[in-house]
Amino acid sequence: MNARIVAVFGNLVIAETDGRVVQNSLAYCVRSDGVRLMSEVIRVRGQLADLQVFEETRGLRVGDPVELRDEMLSVVLGPGLLGKIYDGLQNPLPELAEQVGFFLQPGVYIHGLSLDQSWDFTPVAEPGDVVLAGDPLGAVPEGEFTHQIMVPLAWRGEYTVEKVTAAGRYTVEQEIAVLAGADGQKRAVTMQQDWPVKRALNVSRRRLLPTEPLVSRVRIVDSMFPVVRGGTYCIPGPFGAGKTVLQQITARHAEIDIVVIAACGERAGEIVETLRDFPELTDPRTGRSLMERTIIIANTSAMPVAAREASVYTATTLGEYYRQMGLNVLLLADSTSRWAQAMRELSGRLEEIPGEEAFPAYLESRIAAFYERAGAIELRDGRVGSLTIGGTVSPAGGNFEEPVTQGTLKVVGAFHGLSRARSDARRYPAIDPLDSWSKYSGIIAPETVTRMRRLLRHGSDVRQMMTVVGEEGTSIDDFTVALKADFFDNCYLQQNAFDEVDAATPADRQRFVFSKVAEVVETEFRFTDKAEARRRMFEVTDLFRNWNYAATDSDEYRQWLDRIDQFISQAQQPAGA
Amino acid sequence: MRKYFDEIRQIAGNVVTVNATGVGYDELAVIQSKYGESLAQVIRLSGQQVSVQVFAGSQGVSNTDRVRFLQRPMQVPFSEDLLGRVLDGSGRPRDGRSEVTGKMIEIGTPPANPVRRRMPDQMVHTGIPMIDVFNSLVESQKLPIFSVAGEPYNEVLARIGLQADAEVIILGGMGLRHDDYLNFRQAFEGGGVLGRAIMFIHTAADPVVECLMIPDLCLAVGEQFALQGKRVLVLLTDMTAFADALKEISIIMEQIPSNRGYPGDLYTQMARRYEKAIDFDGAGSMTILACVTMPGDDVTHPVPDNTGYITEGQFYLRGGRIEPFGSLSRLKQQVNGKTRDDHRAIMDACIQLYALCRESREKRDMGFEMSDWDRKLLRYGVLFEQRIMDLSVNIHLFDALDRCWEILGECFEPAETGIRRSIIEKHWPKQDGKPQPHAEPEPAQAEA
Ligand SMILES: Nc1ncnc2c1ncn2[C@@H]1O[C@H](COP(=O)(O)OP(=O)(O)O)[C@@H](O)[C@H]1O
Ligand SMILES: [Mg+2]
Repeated sequence: MNARIVAVFGNLVIAETDGRVVQNSLAYCVRSDGVRLMSEVIRVRGQLADLQVFEETRGLRVGDPVELRDEMLSVVLGPGLLGKIYDGLQNPLPELAEQVGFFLQPGVYIHGLSLDQSWDFTPVAEPGDVVLAGDPLGAVPEGEFTHQIMVPLAWRGEYTVEKVTAAGRYTVEQEIAVLAGADGQKRAVTMQQDWPVKRALNVSRRRLLPTEPLVSRVRIVDSMFPVVRGGTYCIPGPFGAGKTVLQQITARHAEIDIVVIAACGERAGEIVETLRDFPELTDPRTGRSLMERTIIIANTSAMPVAAREASVYTATTLGEYYRQMGLNVLLLADSTSRWAQAMRELSGRLEEIPGEEAFPAYLESRIAAFYERAGAIELRDGRVGSLTIGGTVSPAGGNFEEPVTQGTLKVVGAFHGLSRARSDARRYPAIDPLDSWSKYSGIIAPETVTRMRRLLRHGSDVRQMMTVVGEEGTSIDDFTVALKADFFDNCYLQQNAFDEVDAATPADRQRFVFSKVAEVVETEFRFTDKAEARRRMFEVTDLFRNWNYAATDSDEYRQWLDRIDQFISQAQQPAGA
Repeated sequence: MRKYFDEIRQIAGNVVTVNATGVGYDELAVIQSKYGESLAQVIRLSGQQVSVQVFAGSQGVSNTDRVRFLQRPMQVPFSEDLLGRVLDGSGRPRDGRSEVTGKMIEIGTPPANPVRRRMPDQMVHTGIPMIDVFNSLVESQKLPIFSVAGEPYNEVLARIGLQADAEVIILGGMGLRHDDYLNFRQAFEGGGVLGRAIMFIHTAADPVVECLMIPDLCLAVGEQFALQGKRVLVLLTDMTAFADALKEISIIMEQIPSNRGYPGDLYTQMARRYEKAIDFDGAGSMTILACVTMPGDDVTHPVPDNTGYITEGQFYLRGGRIEPFGSLSRLKQQVNGKTRDDHRAIMDACIQLYALCRESREKRDMGFEMSDWDRKLLRYGVLFEQRIMDLSVNIHLFDALDRCWEILGECFEPAETGIRRSIIEKHWPKQDGKPQPHAEPEPAQAEA
């Protein structure tokens, strides 16, 4: 032991040492009953090391030994990550439950990958090959993917392949290759490697401008406020507005290879829903269980707060690792505000000078650095991989003028702002179509999107006015604009998450429905009075709603489409015809 | 190791700092002063200095008093003997009876492993239509009642507690008025549940640190019963008093407040308690109902705001009624699909129509013309408020659904309700003998 505890305050421990301390390295506080509590060095002052402990500090005493280590907080990377449910420090939760029962227990840590499972290894590199970090040495099948076994990503410089193990079944601890460095030193490679979570993992030729739309099958997102593969977006909203449900349906339906869910400081029950449902659901694109493409990092609100801070980085690193294989990964973090609050709690204990709402002064730069880890990259062999990050934000009082929302809006590429008014009116998803924005272009031509946004704005202005002058004081033209805006909202922007068909609209269908909606909106109706206007617009809304519920290309689908076409051609006929 | 330490260095607020060694974080201590003994809990260690929060408050503690450390965290005796008992925030009897005996269990223990949770799927019938029909309560849910002083929130809490058919009922009173405590007692007695109830009571007259212990005591005991396979219901009132106690201690500890004086970890502190609500995979369950009074009727106040982010919905109690808007049970969809085939349809239609009624009322109040449709909605609103929303209504879910159909039948033509045809055919009230409608249907859709 090279240090001793001198102070304990919440999850902050101060240790005194006469040896070497490395900032952000791991440390273990050893309780008098021998239990070792994992911690991280977060500040060094003279011989004092401030540690954030990833566990409850109950029972620690002044004078208890502390073991300072050289390595940083890391995750283990290798085949077998997919389908796993981890806590924020990559301990597999099902295995923990097996070992210690109903409750989590401080100081119990389990390796992130199974050491017993063997994998079907096929070599791809050959002796004599010159390789760099990230180059494939072999591959194993992992579910539907080919999991590349790469030259460890942290290794610097060139290596020559001395030996690659023959095809066969191996565990992640067995040697699968031997590489020789420029200094002639030989190093063994296994299928697993470590990476420090707080350092971005990106071994590539270059970063690309992300442009490929990420289809989430949520209409208002894909058509109006698109996200791209390798891009970033955020979902701020008051409690109950639908942030979590929106992320859950995205995790389910998004057209992407791998989804990493970071349940960060929110309800445990919500993650139970995912982990009970996903194994039962099939991914329509592959026919396999959805769980096979999913990794869950669950550090829910009752779990230790320092591990909550780490959990977001753990999730990001796992996402980056699969990006290195040329895959498209989506990271969904719910909620980044809880992560920011974890930083705030710690900063308070460190007695740092607080910024706005007591958040630390470095809050914005941390948020920026987190989203910056997203991106599309071109690998050395020309393949492209991407990591998209979407984070929810839970602003205090539902007011977006607060540090986490504002810090996030500065750096993300799209903003899906949820509004209380829309969720109260049960207009789901409650993304506010007037306030939200995206800097990306998606599956609908930008000019068309702009036209529709103008309609929504105009419709909302008319509604505003109507509260003052009443229906009777509004012209029929204005009234029709308001009805058209409602129509677009009701049967395109709103989507029923609990209907099997309507819950997810593929890109082709979105384009087609959008074009039909646009046809209706662009029709010049000649209504005789407001009652007729309302009746006709309700009628067409009803047709579209039913159409949305009909499975693509079913008889029902065609019937509703026919009726819609009839409605449009009737409306377009010149008066008196 | 030494048992007593008497070098008290500081007494501030309810926190006493003493020089001591060999003391564990979170450990319990006893302070002996001229006025008696009080428990205290270690909240900071810094070199030789140990800060403890004194349960009975620091009044009367002198710098020459003695502190004894117990080498264990706060515990509470657990056994069947707890049933029917009333204890205080230090775990001592306050019903004049003897100490409870039983296995000592720690409070504030680690959370359950998420993979050991079940998906909740049992509806809790409360007899209150605004809950059963529109925002069903589910076993193992954590749900607060948001309210303001003067509203009958404790009555509603007691009523649900009695109706809920739990095997063990635990009441945690924080800053409770003595009258309210007596009312709860009376209600439990009258309902015949006193024998399976446990009360941990902190009244407004008791020391504030004891208030902080109440939720942990309730939840630790409840968790043990749940692990034995029991269905446990915990009632916590008022969680705003708990949050205020947290605020007080954190200010004494010179922590930087984040929002209106509340500590930055308010969310975490409350979540650690509420998240104890659970349906164990392979054991019983614990449901938590809480009262949260909203200072100034402001839902963006840090206490209700943080609560809403933690709990699985909320009931707004306002004007003696549970509001249909803003009230939410996030777990309702787990149960309302398998009660009766018309449950979800009624739930959506009645609320949408009531929302339209409110719009018509606004229009009327602004002096705009009322159409026939507006008049129907106005009539509906009155009936709905009288026969469904009124808190005195106490009927079974199915009767409530039937009553909703009656109201719809009295006010509207079937097509005006926006309910699917197949459901209408099965449930539309027949006895009124009205002819089938052919009038222009005005679909029941939100328009604004
Ligand atoms: N897309 C949706 N469709 C239907 N209901 C929804 C939808 N989104 C949210 N809800 C309802 O709102 C509740 C709260 O949603 P949730 O996503 O948990 O909110 P948040 O995460 O913003 O607090 C859900 O339990 C559900 O009843
Ligand atoms: Mg949520």
